[in-house]
Amino acid sequence: MFALSGFTLFSRVSTRASGRRVPPWALNNSQPLVGAHCWPFRGASRWARCQREGFHLIPRVSSIVPESCLLIVVGLLIGGLMKLVGEDPPVLKSDIFFLYLLPPIILDAGYFLPIRPFTENLGTILMFAVVGTLWNAFFVGGLLYGVCQLEGHDLGNVDLLSCLLFGSIISAVDPVAVLAVFEEIHINELLHILVFGESLLNDAVTVVLYHLFEEYSSVGTVNVTDVFLGVVCFLVVSLGGIVVGAIYGILAAFTSRFTSHTRVIEPLFVFVYSYMAYLGTNKNRRSLTSPGVKVISPDDVPNQRWNCVSSIHAIRLCSLCLIANISHKSHTTIKYFLKMWSSVSDTLIFIFLGVSTVAGPHRWNWIFVVSTVIFCLVARVLGVVGLTFVINKFRIVKLTSKDQFIIAYGGLRGAIAFSLVYLLDEAHFAMRNMFLTAIITGMTIRPLVDLLAVKKKQETKRSINEEIHTQFLDHLLTGIEDICGHYGHHHWKDKLNRFNKKYVKKCLIAGERSKEPQLIAFYHKMEMKQAIELVESGGGAKLPSALPSTVSMQNIQPKKPPQDRALPQLSKAREEEIRKILRTNLQRTRQRLRSYNRHTLVADPYEDGWNEILIKRKKMMELEKKISQMNNYLTVPAHPPDSPTIARARLASDPQAWGIKSMTESIPTIKVDLASPQSPESVNVVDEFGKKGSQPKVSEEDEAGLTMKVPSPAKQRKDKKPDEDDDKEPQQRLMRCLSDPGPAPEEEDEDEPFLP
Amino acid sequence: MGSTNSTLLKIPNVEVLMRETGFSPAHIIRLHDRFKALDKEGRGYLCPQDFGAIKELAMNPIGDRIIGAFFSPGKETVDFHTFVKILAHFRPVDKDRPKEPNSPEPINSRSNKLKFAFQLYDQDKDGKISRDELLKVLRAMLGMQVTEEQLESIADRTIQEADLDRDDAISFEEFRKSLEKVNIDHKMSIRFLR
Repeated sequence: MFALSGFTLFSRVSTRASGRRVPPWALNNSQPLVGAHCWPFRGASRWARCQREGFHLIPRVSSIVPESCLLIVVGLLIGGLMKLVGEDPPVLKSDIFFLYLLPPIILDAGYFLPIRPFTENLGTILMFAVVGTLWNAFFVGGLLYGVCQLEGHDLGNVDLLSCLLFGSIISAVDPVAVLAVFEEIHINELLHILVFGESLLNDAVTVVLYHLFEEYSSVGTVNVTDVFLGVVCFLVVSLGGIVVGAIYGILAAFTSRFTSHTRVIEPLFVFVYSYMAYLGTNKNRRSLTSPGVKVISPDDVPNQRWNCVSSIHAIRLCSLCLIANISHKSHTTIKYFLKMWSSVSDTLIFIFLGVSTVAGPHRWNWIFVVSTVIFCLVARVLGVVGLTFVINKFRIVKLTSKDQFIIAYGGLRGAIAFSLVYLLDEAHFAMRNMFLTAIITGMTIRPLVDLLAVKKKQETKRSINEEIHTQFLDHLLTGIEDICGHYGHHHWKDKLNRFNKKYVKKCLIAGERSKEPQLIAFYHKMEMKQAIELVESGGGAKLPSALPSTVSMQNIQPKKPPQDRALPQLSKAREEEIRKILRTNLQRTRQRLRSYNRHTLVADPYEDGWNEILIKRKKMMELEKKISQMNNYLTVPAHPPDSPTIARARLASDPQAWGIKSMTESIPTIKVDLASPQSPESVNVVDEFGKKGSQPKVSEEDEAGLTMKVPSPAKQRKDKKPDEDDDKEPQQRLMRCLSDPGPAPEEEDEDEPFLP
Repeated sequence: MGSTNSTLLKIPNVEVLMRETGFSPAHIIRLHDRFKALDKEGRGYLCPQDFGAIKELAMNPIGDRIIGAFFSPGKETVDFHTFVKILAHFRPVDKDRPKEPNSPEPINSRSNKLKFAFQLYDQDKDGKISRDELLKVLRAMLGMQVTEEQLESIADRTIQEADLDRDDAISFEEFRKSLEKVNIDHKMSIRFLR
């Protein structure tokens, strides 16, 4: 059912049949690992890219087979080829894996983790992560031991603790694999966060188990104190990770508070701090290791796994404050870089897995392999069902059996386990991977999802109504909880928000921003977009009559909206911005990044629109020429009889802006200032609207006339705008708006092309 | 169970209450204790000041509306029955309840929950959320961070989205429709009140 996802799990056979107590780390770590030549690495990555491209060109294939499986197959082919040629195929070196390949993926996942569903389901996630993993480990280990005892032939020399050790490695769900598969099937958010969250948090459990088993396997006996120490160790590991993460996060936020003058290095800060947190936990692990449990291993095998947990926290905490502090551009940079890196790492990992499978001597023991697979499956299913039964008693939204199935199915083991086992190289037994099973199950998960009609991720965005009303309900629930005297979920969330607002933000966020002027930026963006789209839609037949009625339309007769009450084109853009405003202000302080899918990004209106702006500028020039031609009566009017609000705004506006009025002939340059989220472009835009509005009225009545309607709200905003407006030239965005269709309204497009 | 039984007996008409609201005896008792704790002077009913004494509620942007919801129009006090009935709205929905054709809809049904929320918006009880009422709510929630024009713009947008019959206000049906994708059972339930 669930895929052991094609990730190899094998160890080397120990040549010494008797001495099974060889500590894994005693053997030279790099010995079995073929020295990685550089060129295959580079070649592989180039190949990976080509393959990925090719993959996307064959949509049919990609709809059946998850990408990860294909990549493994490719890896196999490469490995096979290399062997044929006589080269030794490179093998995945663990430190490469842990130091270079894994961090971007974890970073990416952590950075875009949707925090709200995560915290809401934290209890469930923890249950699955801790209890579920424990159960899996013991079940698989135990049964395998049983099998080994039964079988005899090759496996007779395997003892219980080795089996348990193996079980502990294989029992944990792997984030890389989960991400790879789940993203493609667009499962609904709840399930995604459950499985993914579990995969992130179970690291601590696995590490401790691993360590304990190693320890015990040397000592030989287990007693109660050891178990107790194990628990302590676990707590230390997990909490230590969080603490380290928090420290680095605060450091990062604090640093970024002072970077307002050197914006270029902000992304660097993010990456550096995150990576430092990742590495830092590694070091700490050594010193933090509980004194009672003797740490045998000088190697950081399990430690590195633990880094996942702490780095997640680190990044999460970093991003909380950083997002507010860093500039828009930096944020975009980080976003794209992370996606890029994590995609590349991901691809490389899978390919290497494939290659490594072919490489090196393995011993293939069918019985062992098959039984492992079966036991893992059974363990997983039993674990999920059992846990859900218990958990559902505490949840309001219960997990249905369909959900359980997907969770069980999606419990993929993967690359991390692979690397861990690789490092074991002590040997217990060798097995080949369960590629076959993996590939088959990996392929079938998607049609199964469709078949079961599992609720997919809600594709449509929430409407403004939903946004407002859900916030309202949040407040309502908090109030009711207070009345009941019940310290529930809402209560704590509210408290946390308040605390955050009062103290944390003041300290960690640069001064002038702590009052959330992001709102202003958003609002401006919204207004500008609306203006753009207004013009665009105005060029067509539909006149959006659904605009704020505060703007008077004295010059233009609004057309009757179509009967079917279709919302005008600007709705989406506007909605998005309003939604952003609401989100940032309705007592919620964190900007929620909607998509954590590796392949999608929340598109940035600035980015999208820029090119089109440039293109449209030309059109606009021609338009201007046309206008000036039929211009005899298009003298610069005094100004159109605006509503008082508009007039007021204009009076209060930047005097420089008035100058524009006379330059009807000159083609204003378009200056889109992307430097700061506080760019006042949209504000200036609005100014021009009023003035220009009447002019083109005669010739291009529909199109230009619309401009008048544009957000008077934005005009009044000018009053409150900080003074930096005066510095910026009120270049003519109007013109751009006149002809610019504006950024694509669809903000959450599959942003695929950035990774060819 | 002796003490709980006696407490139950002290509350008048407790069986009726339990039947109407669906609360279990344990819940009733818990709510009764809470009621008594709020009713500091032991009068047997609550007045707005008692609610106002709850600190967190004072910080809640719609706190006064919530308090107002407890008091039916014209009445100045809330007795225990009303208290419990209002709170019954927030009980999680019983999925397995058999649908008896003649029984009235339970207080915690999805529709009733929505009605309760709707009433919080609609202060003048005309059955519609007018633009002004919406503005008031938005102002309360968004507070000092948003300008008046933005608020108006948002309010207009909201009405425009939801308003199907073009009367420039949101009726209950439109309200319900706009929330059809939201899991009200989850959003408007307190686990405690199971």
